[in-house]
Amino acid sequence: MGLIDRPMRALQRATGLNGMALLFLAPNMLVFGIFVLLPLAINIVYSATGGSALFLPERSYVGLAQYRRLFDCGNYLDPLTCQEDPFWTAVGNTFWFVVLQVSLMILAALITALILNRRLAARSFWRAVFFFPVLLSPVVVGLIWRWILQRQGLLNFLLYPLGIEPYNWLTDRDWSFLAAVGVSLWAHMGFYTLILLAGLQAIPKDLYEAAAMDGTRPGRVFWRITLPLLAPNLIVVIVLALIRAVQVFDEVYVLTGGGPGTSTLFLTQYIYETGFVSQPRNPGLAAAASILMGLVLVVLTLLQLGLGKRGETKGRRA
Amino acid sequence: MTLKTLLAGATLALLSSTVAHAGDVRIMWYSDGVEGEVLADLISRFTKQNPDINVIIDNVAYGVVKEQLPIQLEAGNGPDIARVTALKDLSRHWLDLRPLVADPSYWDTNFGAQADWMRPDGSNQISGFMTQITLTGGFANKTLFDQAGVPLPGKDATWDDWAAAAKKVAESQKIPFAMALDRSGHRISAPNIAYGTNYFGSDGKPAPLDDGAKAFIGKFVGWANDGMINKDVWVSAAGQTYRAAAEDFINAQLAYYYSGSWQIANFSTKIGNGFDWVATGSPCGTASCTGMPGGAGLVAIRYTKNPKDVAKVMDYLASEAVVKEFSERTLFIPAHKGVLDKGNLDFQTKDPQVKAALDTFVAATKTTSAEALKMPSWRWSDTVYGALVSRVGQAIAGELSLEDAFARIDADIATKVKDSAL
Repeated sequence: MGLIDRPMRALQRATGLNGMALLFLAPNMLVFGIFVLLPLAINIVYSATGGSALFLPERSYVGLAQYRRLFDCGNYLDPLTCQEDPFWTAVGNTFWFVVLQVSLMILAALITALILNRRLAARSFWRAVFFFPVLLSPVVVGLIWRWILQRQGLLNFLLYPLGIEPYNWLTDRDWSFLAAVGVSLWAHMGFYTLILLAGLQAIPKDLYEAAAMDGTRPGRVFWRITLPLLAPNLIVVIVLALIRAVQVFDEVYVLTGGGPGTSTLFLTQYIYETGFVSQPRNPGLAAAASILMGLVLVVLTLLQLGLGKRGETKGRRA
Repeated sequence: MTLKTLLAGATLALLSSTVAHAGDVRIMWYSDGVEGEVLADLISRFTKQNPDINVIIDNVAYGVVKEQLPIQLEAGNGPDIARVTALKDLSRHWLDLRPLVADPSYWDTNFGAQADWMRPDGSNQISGFMTQITLTGGFANKTLFDQAGVPLPGKDATWDDWAAAAKKVAESQKIPFAMALDRSGHRISAPNIAYGTNYFGSDGKPAPLDDGAKAFIGKFVGWANDGMINKDVWVSAAGQTYRAAAEDFINAQLAYYYSGSWQIANFSTKIGNGFDWVATGSPCGTASCTGMPGGAGLVAIRYTKNPKDVAKVMDYLASEAVVKEFSERTLFIPAHKGVLDKGNLDFQTKDPQVKAALDTFVAATKTTSAEALKMPSWRWSDTVYGALVSRVGQAIAGELSLEDAFARIDADIATKVKDSAL
């Protein structure tokens, strides 16, 4: 009998089996409560207050006024008809960023994982190469790419001998948006590739051997074996990438600062600037916007849970 | 040694490293150049004379002072002394040093001109002092002008004169841009006021944009569209984010750069003898030839546990000899009336361009308009600056027409005033 057994048994007798479970959960719940639930509750309260003071007791109660202000729009597709036009610009930018970045991310991560799953020379090295950007701080990622893409940057240095005049890729509205998508993709793809690679390696080899013996074409093998068995991992990757894309901020903030104009202004930057940078600050409006963003993330998380269950079922059937 | 003793010792050590003791004075300080090192040297002398006061300098990034200090202050925390630029906006958090300093009349006499910039409206509080006075103004790459054979416009030259001359230089010397102006509401307000704008409404709150501001902003956006000014600076961020064009000037990519006196030490260090540069003062508009005053202040925080020690440190740093030495070593224009009146500042540089530039800025202080002088002590100046930067940036990026930008600036300011419930 170990040293700890006797007191544990005594504790179990005193609290019962359920009480024991609650006792062990308590520290975690305490941390979760203090650092997640409490701030969330405070944020909700903030969203119902007005004024520029940060200290809650000094703020006035305004009910749903902050939400009404965010939704005060002539035409939601034209941000300039909205009272809070940077918010709707940020919503639009975030939407297109999510659509473009997530689809490209999944495609690129899947292709990379399929290639890295093959017998390659120096396979571990290539895996490390694709995973390396994930280890970098987002600020470092943003700075590196800014040095590459700015007017006196590396890209222009390489293009100049080809007769292409130096161009500031980050101050052109279209290029800067694509740069934000590309840089974010470069920074995070390795993580998703790793998840997909793990999924690919979990697929039993005998299925491929049987398919080879039957003379099945590679495309058919991919659609009939690889993709269905990879579905659970793929769903996890899609939902994680979606959540990450909605929250995009750090590397893009360093890369473009949200510009040119507001073409790379995303929701998180809008919330940050409204709450902490603009003069005077508006913590109530920032809190309301963050609650709305949180709701979107809750929907995406529920989607993950739902699709995750379906994916598991589908994977088992396959 | 028992486990209990070990634990008690470790706890005590931990506490002693984090808890402020009587006699501790923490200074939150940020640096643009060498001023952090100069302050550390000055403070080391102070602590030798006052061993009972332990001064701790927390060197932080400017962003920390701008974004995190206000939150600390709202929670009733923060350092004992801080170097800040948001002087009026946070003035309710500053300690009144009047009953604590050795000689309040010394402070009134020497720092009185800027005292209102950093105290709550209507009070006679002594909150601190300006570590330096800054003034916006232009810099020309003299080497490029000489090589292009274009004479430098004279002291009464207008913005149009400078634009025309810089354009000739840029075309002749094949540099990417003729001019640049920092992405800052403070910076663009100098020419706005030079063109006759009045930001102040009759109720003390911001007035709608008038013809003066519209005239210069229209001109400025036009220059951006024509490729005259480096529009990258203005479109490389969203919202109220600050961007300077100093690196382009240092890399000889600009003929003319409008920034301010705080760049002098930076240029001296980074340009060296790469090319000749001169400070030009502020170009004229239709109403005046004004720059915008400003600067950073050292203020005492009212939540300090050691107000008497804080006052001692402030008295020392504000003393005439220390202010003079600080200014000479950092190449800053002092705010101390006595130091300025004596005029015997010996700026510690071997670069003659620095001395000439400082002289130019000191001379330019004489043409600063009354309107510009009122801005640092006005509660709404940052609100106006913020709206100007974000909307002019959008107009230059092609997202807004000029008329829409003007309407949005007015709407933004009105909303912010309403939000603040003042």
